[in-house]
Amino acid sequence: MNTMNTQTTTPTNGNGENRPRLPIYLDYQATTPCDPRVVEAMLPYFTQHFGNPHSRNHAYGWEAEEAVEKARKQIADLIGADEKEIIFTSGATESNNLALKGVAHFQKDRKDHIITVATEHKCVLDSCRHLELEGFKVTYLPVQQNGLIDLEQLKAAITDRTAIVSVMAVNNEIGVIQPLAEIGEICRARKVYFHTDAAQAAGKIPLDVDAMKIDLMSISGHKIYGPKGIGALYVRRKPRVRLEALIHGGGQERGFRSGTLPTPLCVGLGEACAIAHREMGQEAERLKTLRDRMYKALKEKLPDIFLNGDLDKRIPGNLNVSFAYVEGEGLMMGIKELAVSSGSACTSASLEPSYVLRALGVEEELAHTSLRIGLGRFTTESEVDFAVEHIVQAVNRLREMSPLWEMAQEGIDIKSIQWAEH
Amino acid sequence: MAYSDKLLDHYDNPRNIGSFGKNEADVGTGLVGAPACGDVMKLQIKVGADGRIADAKFKTFGCGSAIASSSLATEWVKGKTLEEAEKIKNTEIAQHLSLPPVKIHCSVLAEDAIKAAIKDFREKQTDGASGKAGDKAAE
Repeated sequence: MNTMNTQTTTPTNGNGENRPRLPIYLDYQATTPCDPRVVEAMLPYFTQHFGNPHSRNHAYGWEAEEAVEKARKQIADLIGADEKEIIFTSGATESNNLALKGVAHFQKDRKDHIITVATEHKCVLDSCRHLELEGFKVTYLPVQQNGLIDLEQLKAAITDRTAIVSVMAVNNEIGVIQPLAEIGEICRARKVYFHTDAAQAAGKIPLDVDAMKIDLMSISGHKIYGPKGIGALYVRRKPRVRLEALIHGGGQERGFRSGTLPTPLCVGLGEACAIAHREMGQEAERLKTLRDRMYKALKEKLPDIFLNGDLDKRIPGNLNVSFAYVEGEGLMMGIKELAVSSGSACTSASLEPSYVLRALGVEEELAHTSLRIGLGRFTTESEVDFAVEHIVQAVNRLREMSPLWEMAQEGIDIKSIQWAEH
Repeated sequence: MAYSDKLLDHYDNPRNIGSFGKNEADVGTGLVGAPACGDVMKLQIKVGADGRIADAKFKTFGCGSAIASSSLATEWVKGKTLEEAEKIKNTEIAQHLSLPPVKIHCSVLAEDAIKAAIKDFREKQTDGASGKAGDKAAE
């Protein structure tokens, strides 16, 4: 209880003093810590104000409902929506499932085509695969080398049978920002719904559902310093987007999503959105300075490193770098002081390296050498400098023991060798 | 994933990193794996006049388990005859390092690297040292 008190009474100032010092957390695209202000807002709804927000007959229900509706408004405000257009879900995975399957199922008699992108999150791709099994046709748009889609290819892919276009706002691995307003324009002109998975974008970049002509948008709590287990789906009312529900029951959330709302989590997501809304501009600038400092230092100190994805059309808190001749998981083991992630195969059970990097045309051998470094609200300059120092040290050490580095130094082209794929 | 102390020790303090001249007559070079798969091992043996492996070196591109497996392999082949070294099994390497199931292929690669180095050395003895094997990945 004492620890919790310390945490919640400390105003967040970005110094991260409440966290253990090591390993330094640089994986903000995987998840974010709850902002102590968020936790503080949530706590009363576990104990004093525990009512069921759907109870209409007493004060316990009313105060919970009030809290939930305030949170709904806070979420709506972040993306320029009306609170009636926000549906609470368990997270972005559910939101994406509901958007895609919900629209597809509702329209199946008239439209049976879906357009998405090869670099989408697995929950979008897997929902699409599932719909393919049901008989829907899916177009997976390729991306250009910088990770962005080609708008002409999108235009060409839309047919009279297209029900929905789903393009993520910001990619979770490489942080690139898709041209949302342009995509929205194209979709609206063809009367096709535009869904965007904004799990990595909400609270990081300005989003406006009207200006960008977005019809459905998925949001995640734990990517924006809110709690895990809560998310939201924005569903446009004018012109109305029709959905078939995935979860049936008491008809909560206008029948789109039954189940008792988890009041503390809703409050947490709302507070997280409100904080992000207030601080986004300043925070983005601070993160961009840190990110640029890090990338510049790495480039100065290490030859043969490559940034994956566009540098400019990118959220400020993301770096995805290939360190040629050094395998990603081997590298991560050498930087135990840092918590980062890798696009290498070895981090997962599969032997394939990151499908996102492959979709950019990054060659497999380079995809195996990538690190994703995520900076966030509690990252400090000294942490960035510390990280650079350790990464440089580890890369140099591992290159000294890399046969590929040795060949490169001897001028042998590793592509000229006939490797035995295993 | 939690790794064994032995594995971490080989990763942190790898034994016998380095290279011998691959064209030298008493050196056998094994180069196995593929960059596209995320693992490449180069293992070299230097064979003494008594037919025993006098020294061994390695360089590895790969995860911690691959680095540790090849480091261990160089330790184990030293002092052995070619016939003895050939008998080193990947299962022994995997067991010694307590490799998790998804990392067994690293020990397989280390066994392959030993065999490839021995094969290269033997070919040199019969062909009169062409020394080309290092440019070609063995299986």
